[in-house]
Amino acid sequence: MTTLLQVSNCTKRFGGVVANEGISLTVNEGEIVGLIGPNGSGKTTLFSSIVGAHPVDEGSVQFDGAEITRMNVPSVARLGLLRTFQQTRIYGKMTCMQNMAISAPTGRGLKSMFGGFTADEVTRAEELLDFVGLSSKRFLRGGELSFGQQKLLEFAMALMARPRLLLLDEPTAGINPTLINGLIDRLKRANAQLGITLLVIEHNMRVIMNLASRIYCLAHGRLLAEGAPEDIQSDQRVIDAYLGAG
Amino acid sequence: MSSGFATSRFSRGLILTCVVLAILAAVAPVALPTLVKQMTVFWVMVIIAYTWDTMGGQLGYNSFGNVVFFGAGMYASAVLQIAPFTDMAAYTAAGEQGGALVLTNAQYFAGLLPGLLVAAGVGFLLALILGFAILRLRGHYFAIGTLAAGIFVAQIVANWEYLGAGSGLTMPGFPGKGAAGDQAKSTFFYYLCFGLAGVTFLFLQWLYSTRFGLAANAIRDDEDKAEAMGLPTGRYKIIAWAISGFFLGICGALYGNFVIHVDPEDVAFDGAGLGVWMVLMVVLGGKGSLWGPLIGAVLFHVTKELLWTYLLGLQYVVLGLLVIVIVVFFPEGIVGWLRQRFPNRFGERVEAGEVR
Amino acid sequence: MLENIQLLLDNPVALLNLLLDGIMIGAIFALIAYGMALVWGVMNIINLSQGEFVIFGGFIGYYTSTDWTLAIGPSASPWVSLEWGGISPLWALVIAPLILYGIGRAFYALVIFRLVDRDLFTSILATFGISIFLQQLMNGVFTAEDVIAQHGMGSWVLVDGTTGELVIEQVRVIALVFAVIVGAVLTFYLRQTRGGQAIRAVAQDARAARIMGINADQVYARTYALNAAICGAAGVLISMTLVIHAFSGLIYTVRAFMIVVIAGLGNVAGVIAAGLGLGAAEKVADIVIGTSYQTAFITGLLLVVLLWRSLRLGRQRKVLR
Repeated sequence: MTTLLQVSNCTKRFGGVVANEGISLTVNEGEIVGLIGPNGSGKTTLFSSIVGAHPVDEGSVQFDGAEITRMNVPSVARLGLLRTFQQTRIYGKMTCMQNMAISAPTGRGLKSMFGGFTADEVTRAEELLDFVGLSSKRFLRGGELSFGQQKLLEFAMALMARPRLLLLDEPTAGINPTLINGLIDRLKRANAQLGITLLVIEHNMRVIMNLASRIYCLAHGRLLAEGAPEDIQSDQRVIDAYLGAG
Repeated sequence: MSSGFATSRFSRGLILTCVVLAILAAVAPVALPTLVKQMTVFWVMVIIAYTWDTMGGQLGYNSFGNVVFFGAGMYASAVLQIAPFTDMAAYTAAGEQGGALVLTNAQYFAGLLPGLLVAAGVGFLLALILGFAILRLRGHYFAIGTLAAGIFVAQIVANWEYLGAGSGLTMPGFPGKGAAGDQAKSTFFYYLCFGLAGVTFLFLQWLYSTRFGLAANAIRDDEDKAEAMGLPTGRYKIIAWAISGFFLGICGALYGNFVIHVDPEDVAFDGAGLGVWMVLMVVLGGKGSLWGPLIGAVLFHVTKELLWTYLLGLQYVVLGLLVIVIVVFFPEGIVGWLRQRFPNRFGERVEAGEVR
Repeated sequence: MLENIQLLLDNPVALLNLLLDGIMIGAIFALIAYGMALVWGVMNIINLSQGEFVIFGGFIGYYTSTDWTLAIGPSASPWVSLEWGGISPLWALVIAPLILYGIGRAFYALVIFRLVDRDLFTSILATFGISIFLQQLMNGVFTAEDVIAQHGMGSWVLVDGTTGELVIEQVRVIALVFAVIVGAVLTFYLRQTRGGQAIRAVAQDARAARIMGINADQVYARTYALNAAICGAAGVLISMTLVIHAFSGLIYTVRAFMIVVIAGLGNVAGVIAAGLGLGAAEKVADIVIGTSYQTAFITGLLLVVLLWRSLRLGRQRKVLR
């Protein structure tokens, strides 16, 4: 297994608040890794640091062996490291198909920026919308979808961009419990069939235990524990952190 | 290659409409010779509206500073058309008393062509430079920053003696004398402005049918998301503005030659007038829509001409009121209103095989 | 340009005079910016008609101080005939805010209330429309000339020597003092009174404030009118110290916006410092690059300020929005 993402000793401060302190983690190619921790423990900050939205103050981030610590967001994204947002973000006034089409990888060259869409891209957009179950909504505007559907659309858009590593920020938050099982299944299929490595922030313990092969737990901006789901589940420190002790 | 996602594309209906419009526009000066001047200005308004819509409607970057490129093109062509044939500094210093520069036919057209080309280049380059600096700003900071940029450039030119400073300069006279010459000039620039409007329209529709169209709309809807998805947002924005600048530069050069007298604050860099009107036209017609800027330009231009004819003295007061009323009550514009009111007729028919 | 700088450095007293002058004018700028920040912070509207409110106040100052007659109807026997004998424009410091408060209320009731929950571009464009409307109206109804309110106040000559004069116009001191008083009263109002607390509550979260029983629309109306009144007072001060012209409003809006951008919203001390600084900088620039570049200097400075702030934010991967 090759290491895809290597976060080493990362620290991020906002003024006096230390959001992340000395965090190190690795994600190997093909894995599904979970990232858990109580609210405010620095999970989303870590995501933002990794993709360059606000770079770390100390430490380094490497993606597929390349240094990306100081790289800006679009460049990191073009390398194949994408993130989705906790507050779902889609292009509200564009149709689902348009949302999908513009998510296809676009280079920085003029030919790519001002080219057309290939028939292959159109097919792929339709397939992926079908994959997340939004096929019938494909001509609706993104903003007209329900919250849960927007979440699915955002996931499909991320897949459209052919990422190698996808950082998912609470993919099941706000989704109807009966749909969650379907989503877990899709995440697993994206991982197995499309070969996309996943790093997932999740509050729903059932989901993350089901999904991830390894889990990192953050608390108060520090790495608290790391291990297989069953070890994490029984780890006293994790339980304390979630229940507010210590 | 399929361009099925395009927000607008070259359907049969569009081509037909364009052909009909083009024929009407081509015979208009023959049919209505007394209105050629007004119709020339109308095509200038159309160009200005469509180029504003590229940034304001498609990308969601509302600029009050597009007059910079318009005015810069005007002055660039002035220099190219005057300096080779006479001492520019002395000519502008003499001002209006010196009279318009008299050129031979050959000299006039030998100056006009490079003048238009350089105007395009200047508009393009200025937009690149200004864009590199100012497109980092978003929302209202961008809007007010561009407003300031427009005033700034106007003031610099108003202090530039070589260009005639605040009192401006007079463009070379069009070959031909008297009323017939004047009519010939108007007709000549009518066709040039109409031609440029047509080229601008078709080019922009092609542009929106490429990946640019959706990328621009993505930036409009959520720029942070577009960045996170790896779109080169900075490049898209700068190139879009540079394209606006390119067409506006030529447009300014044509307009300068048409009105003959060019001055910085009231003609070239009229931020409080033209700079607002271009926004108003597009908002009135419908931002980011295919025909919105054209409809807006028609309505605005007719209204403006009527105001100037029947309410002279109060015209600007009424225009100010119009800005308020249109923005407050018609923020979606006429096209948007039609879509809401008659969704079956004017709604976006995306269901019916928009893809492929 | 360089020789002008040298000239200033050689005459420190003249330079000091210039800076003091600028600071006193800057106090008025700060006042206008304070009003803009108030509306921006509370209503999330950037009021581009700020400058026109100021000019309106200035005209009130001017017409308070001069003699005029108003006759409506046939010139031989007018239906309405009004005569006014000029009094000290200081009275206008009371009259103008009252009139402008009413105008602010009227504009709120007619236009602004429709903008409160709309996007910023709509409010920018609509207030720009108000600005065009007002400036054209003033140009037509009042006068298209430059006017000054005659106040008949003298000046104190502190230093009169070879290294330059140090002269302080009394009216500018009054302007400074008045601006400080208005600022202090407003700050007290916002911090200590119930009405002020309601404004601050709405600014923080209009929905929550509504749920808690605050009439947010009333608060918005009051805030907008209060800002107009502040502008009215500032305009009177300007009519006494500088000149008033129907079309010169926009540049006051630009100044106010720049001051708020430098200081940041909700930073009263910053607004004052930036206002005074801008006043002093303008005076120095007038000498160094000439008064014909005044507008270019102000707009150029705004561009520099915007770029400087966006570059600083850019380093933290943030954007000015």
